[in-house]
Amino acid sequence: MGLARGHKARPAEWIGEKLIFLISLSAIVVVFLIFIFVTREAIPIIVGGTGNSATNAIIHVSDMDKVPAEQLRNYLQLTPDEFRTKSHDTLQLLVELKEEAAKDASQDKDAAIDTTSWRYMLRPYQWTDYEKPEYIWQPVSQVRKFNIIPLLIGSLKVTLVALLFSVPVSLAAAIYVSQLANARMREMIKPAIELLSGIPSVVLGFFALIVMASFLQGIFHYTSRLNAFVAGIALGLAVIPVVFSIAEDALTSVPRSYVQAALALGSTKWQAAWKVVLPAALPGVFAAVVLGFGRAVGETMVVLMASGNASIMSWNILDSTRTITATIAAELAETVTHSPHYRILFMIGVILFLITFLSNLAGDLVMHRLKARLEGRR
Amino acid sequence: MNATVESKSVSFDVRTHRFNYASFFFTGLTGAATYLIVAILVIILGNIAIKGWSHFNWHFLTGGTEKMFDVDTAGILPMIVGTTIRVILMTMFVVPTGVITAVYLTEYAHNTSIFTRIIRGAVNNLAGVPSIVFGLFGLGFFIEFIGKDMDAILHAGGTAPVWGKPAMIWASLTLAVMTLPVVIVATEESLRAIPQGLREASLALGATKLETILKIVVPQALPGILTGAILAIGRAAGEVAPILFTGAAYYMADMPHSVTDQFMDLAYHVFILSTQSPNVEQTRPILYATVLALLMLTFTLNIVAIFIRSRMRAKMHALQ
Repeated sequence: MGLARGHKARPAEWIGEKLIFLISLSAIVVVFLIFIFVTREAIPIIVGGTGNSATNAIIHVSDMDKVPAEQLRNYLQLTPDEFRTKSHDTLQLLVELKEEAAKDASQDKDAAIDTTSWRYMLRPYQWTDYEKPEYIWQPVSQVRKFNIIPLLIGSLKVTLVALLFSVPVSLAAAIYVSQLANARMREMIKPAIELLSGIPSVVLGFFALIVMASFLQGIFHYTSRLNAFVAGIALGLAVIPVVFSIAEDALTSVPRSYVQAALALGSTKWQAAWKVVLPAALPGVFAAVVLGFGRAVGETMVVLMASGNASIMSWNILDSTRTITATIAAELAETVTHSPHYRILFMIGVILFLITFLSNLAGDLVMHRLKARLEGRR
Repeated sequence: MNATVESKSVSFDVRTHRFNYASFFFTGLTGAATYLIVAILVIILGNIAIKGWSHFNWHFLTGGTEKMFDVDTAGILPMIVGTTIRVILMTMFVVPTGVITAVYLTEYAHNTSIFTRIIRGAVNNLAGVPSIVFGLFGLGFFIEFIGKDMDAILHAGGTAPVWGKPAMIWASLTLAVMTLPVVIVATEESLRAIPQGLREASLALGATKLETILKIVVPQALPGILTGAILAIGRAAGEVAPILFTGAAYYMADMPHSVTDQFMDLAYHVFILSTQSPNVEQTRPILYATVLALLMLTFTLNIVAIFIRSRMRAKMHALQ
């Protein structure tokens, strides 16, 4: 009694502590699971195409009853519910229609192409009836075209507009609130900006769609009411709290003695903020912008509602636009599970995950170094 | 106390005893940017409050949705119920996991070890994963992997999937994964604010480490845990992207009966009313009132969280 040491003395406690340790791993496990399970659905695409050409493997009506039900369902691209509720005659009709469509399609030189291979997802191609090679995202058509470049450019366009609007505004506000405003003002403004981050993105999207789109169109007189510009401004509103709070945090963590020294030497508050505090906190400001970028690229509802959702290949910010996130949100519900379209949407999800993963990693590393430096640990 | 050097005006140059115009200009500019943000916030909230209030009444809050787009009869009770249940389910998953992780990070982990840094990195990264990717994850992992397997084991031979389809439980779990960092960060902050002396006193009286944590540390940190839970609920209540494919339904005739049912959702309903309404002008009153209801829900939660947190911080200041 009393001589036992370590886990033998209090086995229940030992088990409890091990459990705490195991549960604390959940964050790591979850990040891995996200990566693995989003990637899993996209593997056939990543390793080079699903063989989705419109001509292969026609099932004739006479063979209809010989093939397994599951294969027939996939062939007709029906969901299990739809498949179950349809009568045999309806299915037969669908098979006939499919066969006819395939016959028509075989006259199209593009029908034999596996449009889910990397070549057709990344590089322009001259499709039948087109005058020159083009980048086209057109997942619902005779020959399904999955070029992801228009979506990437759409995301980039909207993100750039959002950052050009939100970064200057939120950095200026961060300098003002942390260095120039008096304490009473600071106590009022900070919660207000925190509240802005509490507005759900679907509400920002609603506001952009119903109020802002018409308002901005009234000022700038462009043709399409919903475009990358409107979506970008609305997205900027979602990014402002992110950039503001990180930049404000970085600026505040600069030791007060820096400012006091500058003021004692006769500088104004603004000069101290601009020439002393800002340079010292510059990595933090950089981190704020990078993390703001991550937020902007990944935001879904705002762009889904306010960007107009046309996957046009164009750099003009006044054109209707479709981003990666909006494409996933708008199309995934309509696809058949494990169809090529479904897998491609998961694949662009993986791309999105990697982009935000890397930008968050970069932002965190920079912020970590800054804190270490300002606290004098190196 | 540090004596702060306060110059008379932010733009007064004490060397030259002259007014510094550049400082004046830039102070004004940054101030203008700050007030621009506040003004935008006021405009958004004012617009929604004014236009939403006229249709915001008891009848609307407790009405059903037999006719979703009919201005006179449409109500939002099924959405309020759906959203409430999904956030309660989520809280049950996320709070224990998040609190235990925070306890490990503050009480057990060595701050410098590579392992702790990996956990922290994972938490930070999780906070930055786009919400639509959580939606894909929920579909690929919970529905296609876990749900389908559960069906194969529990309901082998059944025709209709029970678990392997969008359901309330999968939506809640997806949201729990998404809000995990919120709970961890808030709990950690409150755990760190507890004076080391309290822990040492408990240990000196003969309590073990786990007893100290369970009976001294965690009870002291309750306000912080509460803040984290409320912030997580506020965040989750307004999210649409993660539940698009994991459980939200466009329309349901009945209220959800079990965790494997789909549900109607307040935030998703805002999306439906704004984008799929047959007549936008006509349904605008319901749309505004629904947005107002959603905002009231998330804002009340956020304000309560901010309030608890500021009181907690003031108390901690007093202790130190």
